[in-house]
Amino acid sequence: MIISIASGKGGTGKTTVAVNLALSLKNIQLLDCDVEEPNAHLFIKPYIKDKVGASIPVPEVDEAKCTHCGKCRDVCAYHAIAVVPGDSSNKGSVLIFTHLCHGCGACSLLCPRGAIKEVSKKIGIIEMGEKGNMQFVQGRLNIGETMSPPLIRQVKNYINPTKTVIIDAPPGTSCPVITAVKGSDFCVLVTEPTPFGLNDLILAVEVLRKLQIPFGVVINRSDIGDGKVEDYCRQGYIPVLMKIPFSREIAVSYSRGTPIVEKDLSYRNKFINLYLGICGAKNEANSRH
Amino acid sequence: MPWVGWKLAVNMAKAAVVVKKEGVNMKICITSEGKTLDSKVDSRFGRCQNFIFFNTDTGNFEAQENANLQFQGGAGIQSGQLMVSKGVKAVLTGNIGPNAHQVLSAAGISIFTEVSGTVKEAIDGYKNGKYKPADAPSVSSKFGMPGKSI
Repeated sequence: MIISIASGKGGTGKTTVAVNLALSLKNIQLLDCDVEEPNAHLFIKPYIKDKVGASIPVPEVDEAKCTHCGKCRDVCAYHAIAVVPGDSSNKGSVLIFTHLCHGCGACSLLCPRGAIKEVSKKIGIIEMGEKGNMQFVQGRLNIGETMSPPLIRQVKNYINPTKTVIIDAPPGTSCPVITAVKGSDFCVLVTEPTPFGLNDLILAVEVLRKLQIPFGVVINRSDIGDGKVEDYCRQGYIPVLMKIPFSREIAVSYSRGTPIVEKDLSYRNKFINLYLGICGAKNEANSRH
Repeated sequence: MPWVGWKLAVNMAKAAVVVKKEGVNMKICITSEGKTLDSKVDSRFGRCQNFIFFNTDTGNFEAQENANLQFQGGAGIQSGQLMVSKGVKAVLTGNIGPNAHQVLSAAGISIFTEVSGTVKEAIDGYKNGKYKPADAPSVSSKFGMPGKSI
């Protein structure tokens, strides 16, 4: 089973839930797909055994063959190409902004002169390791890169189907999140009982409904804020799988890089219960279809 | 064989460009909030509301809505591309980002930033040599995104 941990709003506790859930269960593979700022390793402290570079194909133009027809610019869905035709004083050029390129290959495929070839551009690294019998994989996007979905997809290529896979997703509701949660059997949305938490939860719920991934909610810092997140979940028949109180003990342990299940063993049972809740909610969602 | 005819067309187009350059039709573009010469200059280039293409010799102008405004990325690049396609020789705007700057520079289009007031005032200022060309971008990428402009 693949369980992804996501949230509309950042800083709600995705990594806390992913890490503690992973440490409470057996036969786990944890994937940190928050590649812009992977931080699960700070709590897991895995032994990294292997590193591989991650790259995307980007176009390179052979100026000798190029006629500046502009086809590549027209087909680029990401507006990453500009074509300056030549005139008497200027020989013309094709400008490619590789940081906007998604590596889809349309420009090289459709160039009528075959003037575009694809070259590899490094965008980050993938690190693989382990902690006890937990497998750990994380992606790390190079500083200055903005194109995280290709790296997230490459991290997910390491999914081990013989294990229970937990994916720590990036925050938000855009392409990186969709890339991370796609193909999951269940998604846990971590939120907090505040107006911001609720607003972004609603957006995330819309995404998951569209992707048809069953989901449930974990309310972090559940004893602050208001009751509107719970009202929303009740009205939408969304299961609230776990509530984590606003506790000094958790905050102190987090700031030291110690997962709460290692400090307070009673949390281990709470996270095992979360897992049972996930299984139950997933089965119920599947039986409805 | 079709390439021969095509090349001929290219050469003719090139010749036409030369004529245009030596002729009197000098086109400039001003980023604008509205569609008239009394509109305010839009402080953004790639994500401005409208482009006003102004012919400095005839005084004729044409306003065009900026379709690139909605792009998540590449608005500056494609707005720069529009200037190239329209044969603009100078751009008057408030600010310009690095990508648009690169496209305009590659095409040899002059860039004037820190332009404000109405479009008409901007044109007069340009004619009187009030503005200095910007040889570097004035803002970073995504400057004109909603919630990020000044």
